[in-house]
Amino acid sequence: MTTSTLPVTTGGRSAPDAGAPRGGALRGGALRWWISDVLVLTQRSLARIVREPETLMDVTIQPIVFVLLFAYVFGSAIAIPGGGSYREYLIGGMLGMGIAGTAPGTAVALVTDMSTGLIDRFRSLPMSRAAVLAGRTVADLLTQALGALVVAAVGLAIGWRVHTGIADTLAAFGLALLFGYAFTWAGACLGMVLRSPEAAQQLGFILFLPLTFISNAFVPTQGMPGWLQAIANWNPLSALAAACRHLFGNPDPAAAVQVWPMQHPILTVLLWSAALLLVFAPLAVHLYRRKSLA
Amino acid sequence: MADIPAIEAEGLAKRFGATQALAGIDLSVAAGSILGLLGPNGAGKTTAVRVLTTLLRPDAGQARILGADVVAQAGEVRTHIGLTGQYAALDDYLTGRANLIMIGQLGRLSHRQARQRADELLERFDLTGAAGRAVKTYSGGMRRRLDLAASLIGRPEVLFLDEPTTGLDPRSRSVMWEIIRELAGAGATLLLTTQYLDEADQLADQIAVIDAGRVIAAGQPEELKARIGDDRLALELVPGADTAAAAAVVTAYAAGPVSALASSPGGGGPQISAQVTRRDGITTEVVRALDAAGVPVTSVTLRRPSLDDVFLTLTGSLAVDPQPAPGPALAEVTGGAA
Repeated sequence: MTTSTLPVTTGGRSAPDAGAPRGGALRGGALRWWISDVLVLTQRSLARIVREPETLMDVTIQPIVFVLLFAYVFGSAIAIPGGGSYREYLIGGMLGMGIAGTAPGTAVALVTDMSTGLIDRFRSLPMSRAAVLAGRTVADLLTQALGALVVAAVGLAIGWRVHTGIADTLAAFGLALLFGYAFTWAGACLGMVLRSPEAAQQLGFILFLPLTFISNAFVPTQGMPGWLQAIANWNPLSALAAACRHLFGNPDPAAAVQVWPMQHPILTVLLWSAALLLVFAPLAVHLYRRKSLA
Repeated sequence: MADIPAIEAEGLAKRFGATQALAGIDLSVAAGSILGLLGPNGAGKTTAVRVLTTLLRPDAGQARILGADVVAQAGEVRTHIGLTGQYAALDDYLTGRANLIMIGQLGRLSHRQARQRADELLERFDLTGAAGRAVKTYSGGMRRRLDLAASLIGRPEVLFLDEPTTGLDPRSRSVMWEIIRELAGAGATLLLTTQYLDEADQLADQIAVIDAGRVIAAGQPEELKARIGDDRLALELVPGADTAAAAAVVTAYAAGPVSALASSPGGGGPQISAQVTRRDGITTEVVRALDAAGVPVTSVTLRRPSLDDVFLTLTGSLAVDPQPAPGPALAEVTGGAA
């Protein structure tokens, strides 16, 4: 049995690596290959963005529209309990929405992938199974980071300012991206369960819209009916917005809300992120395996 | 080592809901040879390929690639195989070159090796000019070639080609045939599925005819053709013509039983068909004889045995139902989407 059999070079030329058994590389360095697979697939997702930059609209145009809409239209009618600028209040909430808002996109991309033959190709290769999902989520994390920068830039343009130091600012962005990455895995699960990109798009929107609006992201919860306040105050996006506002030194009326997550927003976001990752990442991998093995 | 079959399957079975896609398949393919898996849509060809390439788990039975079990040692199997499915498994948004490099790297080549190999394959498959273009701009034939190149990038020892020429124009088809022959000549083991008897005949060392999830005949193309018989002579008569007289005339030229139908499926006149052992001049002779017997003829054709003839001979029923039953057709659809 020869290990290398297909000379597809013309005229008898053979590649320098001819004869190298490719199975040999599998032994040892499993982690190195896993990282390599994830990077290759991340690169693939990013290459698509370079070809079709309009796929970035949900982290570029959309947050700009939302910020302008809320800052100039709705914001004029929203009073911040305890006082302060609504525009400064807005950005902490917008950051969470802009970042978590990519999750439906994750679902759509994965449903699309699963419906093409490309996933079969991946599965017939000696690569890591989980790398397909990891590569997608890492690429989405990078687009989330871009989204965060866009929100910050448009915020600065409308008068949002950070009143703390660089460490707190970085902590706020880090916290938002950590939560965003964990949340992406929920989108990945959705992508494994649904059959069509359209369904993923619509269901993602239906689930995501109440999640962002029944929170303190845009409006302080103090004015909501009591039962809705309870939901909003326990919504992880409220904790994320409160944590960011606290770290930026922006108006944070949630600090006056006597509910545990609002009293400990940073810890709440960390716990939520860990819980989302622990539940949805293994679930997504499980669903991926099951779906593809039938 | 040299004695292990490259592909081996025993009693492979797979069910999708109510459909038994594979009902106990046995295969053995010697290293360096080509097996043609011949069968109609829904026969279970794609399901068999998916099981052999670790994409599907069989309900029963075993399969080994170069001695490695496709379930228990799936990881090792994947280091030996290349797969070209029915639908080009490529990223439409990447360039041809980027696709190959990506698949090479995922197939455990270093970036440098993958790049070098991609360029070799692009040149070999006449895609160098299109290498920098997104795959979604490629024609059907170019996609197939790139897809095949992608499955070769890791230098697989065993290559699976699922209907590699379906949907290709004749020129692309002959290019594909040439490539397949070259691969086989270089010592690779190939399993290719096809719906075309001539394709299996042209390319394969061994043919397994598969129907309703079972191998119903297996052997060398010559053996199989000997069982299926010779060329077919088919006549259509003017409506109302004397079918019995025509059949009597044709019998003199036939190598086997002559069949007569009172009317053509399309609403035409009676049909007469028979196997004949020679080609030269036979249509002229038959038409003259029929003319002499006073039987008017609408058309006469001489054709090679088709997949239908194979199935007619082996199973007594037509391979492709004019109105496909939902069951078998579903088997491949489910197999592809699952």
